Amino acid sequence: MSTEDSRPFDLDAAWGLTAQVSVRPERFGALLYHFGTRKLSFLKSPVLREVLTGLAESPTARVACERAGVPDAELPAYRTALATLAASDMIRERTP
Amino acid sequence: MKLVDQFASGLDAPICLTWELTYACNLSCVHCLSSSGRRDPRELSTAECEAVIDELERMQVFYVNIGGGEPTVRPDFWHLVDYATAHHVGVKFSTNGVKITPEIATRLAASDYVDVQISLDGATAEVNDAVRGPGSYRTALQAMTNLAEAGFAGFKISVVVTRQNTGQLDEFKAIADRFGAQLRLTRLRPSGRGADVWDELHPTAAQQRALYDWLLVHGEQVLTGDSFFHLAAYGEALPGLNLCGAGRVVCLIDPVGDVYACPFAIHENFLAGNVRSPGGFTTVWRGSELFAELRRPQTGGACTSCSAFDSCRGGCMAAKFFTGLPLDGPDPECVKGHGEALLSTVDSKPRPSLDHSHRRSRRSGPVPVTIGMRRPDRACDESPLAGLGR
Repeated sequence: MSTEDSRPFDLDAAWGLTAQVSVRPERFGALLYHFGTRKLSFLKSPVLREVLTGLAESPTARVACERAGVPDAELPAYRTALATLAASDMIRERTP
Repeated sequence: MKLVDQFASGLDAPICLTWELTYACNLSCVHCLSSSGRRDPRELSTAECEAVIDELERMQVFYVNIGGGEPTVRPDFWHLVDYATAHHVGVKFSTNGVKITPEIATRLAASDYVDVQISLDGATAEVNDAVRGPGSYRTALQAMTNLAEAGFAGFKISVVVTRQNTGQLDEFKAIADRFGAQLRLTRLRPSGRGADVWDELHPTAAQQRALYDWLLVHGEQVLTGDSFFHLAAYGEALPGLNLCGAGRVVCLIDPVGDVYACPFAIHENFLAGNVRSPGGFTTVWRGSELFAELRRPQTGGACTSCSAFDSCRGGCMAAKFFTGLPLDGPDPECVKGHGEALLSTVDSKPRPSLDHSHRRSRRSGPVPVTIGMRRPDRACDESPLAGLGR
């Protein structure tokens, strides 16, 4: 996740992993691979992995963060991380 | 722990796995890493290949880089590609283009899970064919035309950077742009037959600098397979992990199922095991003594005191090994010149353990003018009286 994205990320929208993306859990977090863009990304925290895998079952990204135990103070950092993942098409907004 | 240190200590499964399906090849490239040519009769069967793919699926290896030899000459090649993608293992395969007909190109363009990499070692037929053999430029360009016409966007054009083609980087980029392809540049290694031509083909120090400058400008659009991390010692790191991943995040499965630490290290010293043994590939990857050793913190040896050690980490293990340098010393192409100085003290180099070269290959014919003279294969190939006449 080297590129920063300035587009706002809507925490109150419903999100999910892109269908062509595979997640491999690792001690440091996870590896993400997008079969369409053939891009590899690294999640540097197991909590972020929890957020990601919980997106599909959560009504909003904010709820997914809460369920994964993200403290309020860290929410902006997670929002930035999710924005980066959205910019590289690892996650997509879905209709709830 | 930093991410790069996590990788250095190894993962439960490789990120990037190279699988050479056959040693058979229609070409006899002078720098072939795997000394390919003839098929090995012990080659993995279709069923054994499928079993390896099943394991890779279980280990969540996202994709394999399939090579050879020329993998497409295996009669079951397209079946294995379909089998892998059906089992959620993506395939990127390297080919000289010989089997990429318009029909095959159309089929490949239809899949999200298959990527193709066409090898090209010169932006002109003259430079390419001197290394890869007569007609190979035309074959490669025809394959690219077929892929582009079938609508396959973003296939890769893979170039091994040599003394003869370093000046053609812009031309390679132009070829890639013309076909809507992506350029991939990788480092020449003194592995396999590459050992025979290393002295004549590896880029000069000035060319390495030019390559580095070019990569700084174009690096984000060009793939390098992380192979030029030794150049990070010039100052700025190039895009990529900048880490030798051998046995840590990468490895090689060869056509007979032997697992080596990396594709450039086909030698018994880097042999971790075989996928045919009990426990298969998983056990080799997780249990091999050799890999455990590679995943332990490495000592920089003579390099530790160098200001650039944190950037280049001593360079490429295979390049050192096959040029006879100690593994904990400088890379033969060390940008500070330490490797070159040390090379003058080397008096013996390891020979590749395997050779599947065609028995009557181009190597036994006239040596192409642009390559210059080859070093004798063994010391005793030289006349014992040579040099005594003075």
